[in-house]
Amino acid sequence: MIVSARIFFVGGLTSFRALFYWLTPWIYVPTMLIAPLFQILLFAYIGRSAGLASDQFFLIGNALQYASIPCLFAMAQAIGGERYQNTLSAILVSPAPRIPLFFGRSLPVVLNGAFVAAFALFAGSLLLRVHLPTSSLAPLLFIVLIAAFSCTGLGLVNAALSLRIRENAVLSNVIFGFLLIFTGANVPLDDLPDWMSTAAQGMPFTHAIKAARQVADGASLASVRGLLGAELLVGAVYGVAGYLLLRWFETLSRRHASLERS
Amino acid sequence: MSTFRFVRVSWLLQFKMIMRSPFDGFGNVLYPLFFATTAFFVFRAGTSPRTLIYASLGAAVMGMWSSVSTSAGSAMQRERWWGTLELLVTAPRHFALVLFPSTLGLASVGIYNLVATLLWGRFAFGIPLTIEHPLEFGLSVVATVLAFAGLGLLFAVSFVRFRAAWVLGNFFEYPVWLICGFLVPLALLPRWVHPIAWVLAPTWGMNAIRESALGGTPLPDLLLCLGLGTVYVVGAVLVTNRVLDDARARGSLSLT
Repeated sequence: MIVSARIFFVGGLTSFRALFYWLTPWIYVPTMLIAPLFQILLFAYIGRSAGLASDQFFLIGNALQYASIPCLFAMAQAIGGERYQNTLSAILVSPAPRIPLFFGRSLPVVLNGAFVAAFALFAGSLLLRVHLPTSSLAPLLFIVLIAAFSCTGLGLVNAALSLRIRENAVLSNVIFGFLLIFTGANVPLDDLPDWMSTAAQGMPFTHAIKAARQVADGASLASVRGLLGAELLVGAVYGVAGYLLLRWFETLSRRHASLERS
Repeated sequence: MSTFRFVRVSWLLQFKMIMRSPFDGFGNVLYPLFFATTAFFVFRAGTSPRTLIYASLGAAVMGMWSSVSTSAGSAMQRERWWGTLELLVTAPRHFALVLFPSTLGLASVGIYNLVATLLWGRFAFGIPLTIEHPLEFGLSVVATVLAFAGLGLLFAVSFVRFRAAWVLGNFFEYPVWLICGFLVPLALLPRWVHPIAWVLAPTWGMNAIRESALGGTPLPDLLLCLGLGTVYVVGAVLVTNRVLDDARARGSLSLT
């Protein structure tokens, strides 16, 4: 139990710091802190140009949706990066229990993703002069954390696939693009075709964005607990799927000697 | 070998290499389509009198810029990683001329973006593809590609000292989308943004493409776009000379 806890917390943080090379300020600040502000401004002004919704609508949608960048890329690098470091075989031949090994790397990704989204939300509100009620700040932070958890689950699926494909950056960008369109970040779900809004129910961020908008409009956290429960469920399903995918690829790679095949 | 033939052969080689890369080729065509799709939905759901054609043209040029911004910034650095930078620097041609086909190749991928976005808008959203002045439209696209290549060249030689040059190139993707009038008219932006937009060739390239498609007068915008592109190339040559002189003095050409 103690060994598993150490692998989960210490090993997870160590691997995150070692493999997520975007943590250097020269990459982190422009990519994680400044870029989301420009995305928020871009869509807020597109919304003004198109005469759709309010700045607050685009602020909340894009701030939460941008958490997909750290959640997808960091998770892929924290696991897929082992392949490029030629340490993957050492990891998988070790007797370390797999659940803390893989999920331990998810915890820093969740916290980092939540930080990025929270920063974008509050800095974006200052830039656009959107007033978020003081009573909504703590609930919004909580929703951001749940959103980051949910997307990190999807990130685990992405990370598993990164062990089998050569350029994970393209896949990560594609997933980012689908989340941008489907989750209601920039287009109200009612204005999307039915099949798209239905598909969105199974994607990270959809329920969290809706909950965050309601909370920003004055709703209590308790009143959006259903949405948050759905978001947690989505994240858990993706997380379990990602873990099973990792174990399956591990089994396949042992069978076919294809562990680090690109 | 004449200069024109040199650029043509180099461009073709670079273009082929780019199209083989999942990130620089397919990825750079697909990624902007997501933003274009979002923009189409936003404009369709909105109440503005601006038509979807306006959004379609703007989204198409967004894609053109996307294919240049991230990858051009690290064009010179990639040569360093591949171990070919020293060979290119010692080639008898000026280094800026050697590097220009690389950014031109990336900008040429933008034509794929333009066509893909317009066709996507046509078949997925029913946005009509009518171009009032086809010749001027074609010339505007070519001028925009050349100007983007010039700006990409300036990025490539300016960012070479940064280890993560791709970050700087990537950093300029959203701001150019926002302030160069692709989907947001300049009139909606704060006044202090306007002079910044005026010195960016994408602003005038976008205007030229839009004017020629919708039946305006694209020539002044086209000439401004080309003029600014020329300024970028001249600036890139000056920066190149400075960077290489410094690298020769310090013996740091191959160092990151």
